Amino acid sequence: MTSNATAPTQTTSALPVSLNGVGRAFPGAPRELERLVLRDVELKIAPGEIVALLGPSGCGKSTLLRQISGLDRPTSGSLTIDGTRIAAADQRCAVAFQEPRLLPWRTVARNIELGLPRGTDRAAGRVRVGELLELVQLTHAADLKPRQISGGMAQRVSLARALARGPGVLLLDEPFGALDALTRLTMQDLLVDIHRAEPATIVLVTHDVDEALALADRIVLLGTRFDRPGATISRILEVPGTRPRDRASTVLARLRAQLLDALGVPSHHGR
Amino acid sequence: MSFDERGGAPVLRPSDTTEGRSPASRNGRRDPSTVERSGRGRRRLTGSTVLLGAVVPALLLTIWLVASEATQIPDYLLPSPAQVVGAGVELANQGLLGTYILISLQRVLTGFAIGAAIGLVLGAVVGLSDVGSKLLSPILGAIRAVPSLAWVPLLTIYLGIYEVPKITLIAIGAAFPVFTTVAGALRHVDPQLVEAGRAFGLGRLPLLTTVQLPAVVPAVVSGLRLALAQAWLFLVAAELIASSMGLGFLLVDSQNNGRTDRLFLAILLLGVLGKATDALVGVGERALLKRWS
Repeated sequence: MTSNATAPTQTTSALPVSLNGVGRAFPGAPRELERLVLRDVELKIAPGEIVALLGPSGCGKSTLLRQISGLDRPTSGSLTIDGTRIAAADQRCAVAFQEPRLLPWRTVARNIELGLPRGTDRAAGRVRVGELLELVQLTHAADLKPRQISGGMAQRVSLARALARGPGVLLLDEPFGALDALTRLTMQDLLVDIHRAEPATIVLVTHDVDEALALADRIVLLGTRFDRPGATISRILEVPGTRPRDRASTVLARLRAQLLDALGVPSHHGR
Repeated sequence: MSFDERGGAPVLRPSDTTEGRSPASRNGRRDPSTVERSGRGRRRLTGSTVLLGAVVPALLLTIWLVASEATQIPDYLLPSPAQVVGAGVELANQGLLGTYILISLQRVLTGFAIGAAIGLVLGAVVGLSDVGSKLLSPILGAIRAVPSLAWVPLLTIYLGIYEVPKITLIAIGAAFPVFTTVAGALRHVDPQLVEAGRAFGLGRLPLLTTVQLPAVVPAVVSGLRLALAQAWLFLVAAELIASSMGLGFLLVDSQNNGRTDRLFLAILLLGVLGKATDALVGVGERALLKRWS
């Protein structure tokens, strides 16, 4: 991606992430009763890897993602990016939230601008935003306001904004969860393209097994044991094959059955 | 007619104060949504809007005309429209009408500008800082609850009877709607947007200018509109007491001289001027909302 015409002006170097015994408890109403959401999460993520955090809703996936982004702090354990501790709202990360969270009074292009690193030179910023608009196929919508575009377009803007800084770690919190099934598939393909063009480390929260199988190098299952409060990693699965993957592959079908099984959903596989 | 009963200052006092406070407390909460809707262009000024808006005034004028001409109600209770216009012409010939309107307008706009600025600052402090809110909210709530006329005697003793106490009173009246709407709006800026701003590396001040202030523009504008209406209410309160010029003075003076035609004139002028200034702010509002929402 150096001499190519579409090479990003913002050089991305994917960074490793390490989670060491991460736990998060929220103080309850009476001070004695804490609510333990996460416990003992131990995970090493390689630079450029795509990891999907999968689990039933409310199991702490988003909370774990917020620990990595530095928007929230663990109550036990520690996290590092590239060997150094994660700062509050760590700027080596970029987040695309479950909702697009665009500023309604700014145009699409100006919203993407928000994601540029502080102190980016104006001209360079404009070039970068132009590239990103092209990458998420929204060049035609650059001057529209968020209320004038569809939900799928808004999520692409949100994705472009997260990519604007060339993040070492890209955190995606169910970014396609609210989209219709077809748009979701298109967005997944787009993400594969983006990852090839700008290879960041990606941590993706999802409750969609197929999405995890289509995108992830590894799928990390979060779950709670019946006898202990707090979710932790219950299983890690390696997903074989290079992206884009054949959605109808039998290998993936077998993995899907395993995952659904682990999530407690009957897969009806092989009947 | 009810004019005899309502004409006296002692009777006017309570009705003035309830009107003076209720729009701020009622509309303060309701207005932002209305503004948002208008921001999306659902409230457009078209020919039919203007025409429909003129129907009821025309109807009232007709009823007034018929009631004053065809009934036995004496002129000192119900002057005819022609007599009210005549009163206006008479005052204009004496050079008083223009002076009264201009001095009242000047007082309203000066007081409004000062009050709105104070309201903005106080609203920002209370809306953005938890300590500021805990420190100032109770006292401001209490000051706001004081009826407008209750300030007049004290302001007269401290500040005399000329322009300063009147403008001070109007500024007090204009400050609160702005304060209330701005403080409330800042406190309720979408926390998800604020968090997104934080995630993208915005510090406290950039966050304020990039996310929080633009987000409250609609609320600020609706607060300003309420403040302007409030400024007109407080103007009359100010001018009813110690004044020798202005529309409020015209009310008192006409009551003392039994000039019902001039009373009608003053009331009509207050209505028209209030509506006209509000419409001007409305034009600015539309432009602002187009840009900021």
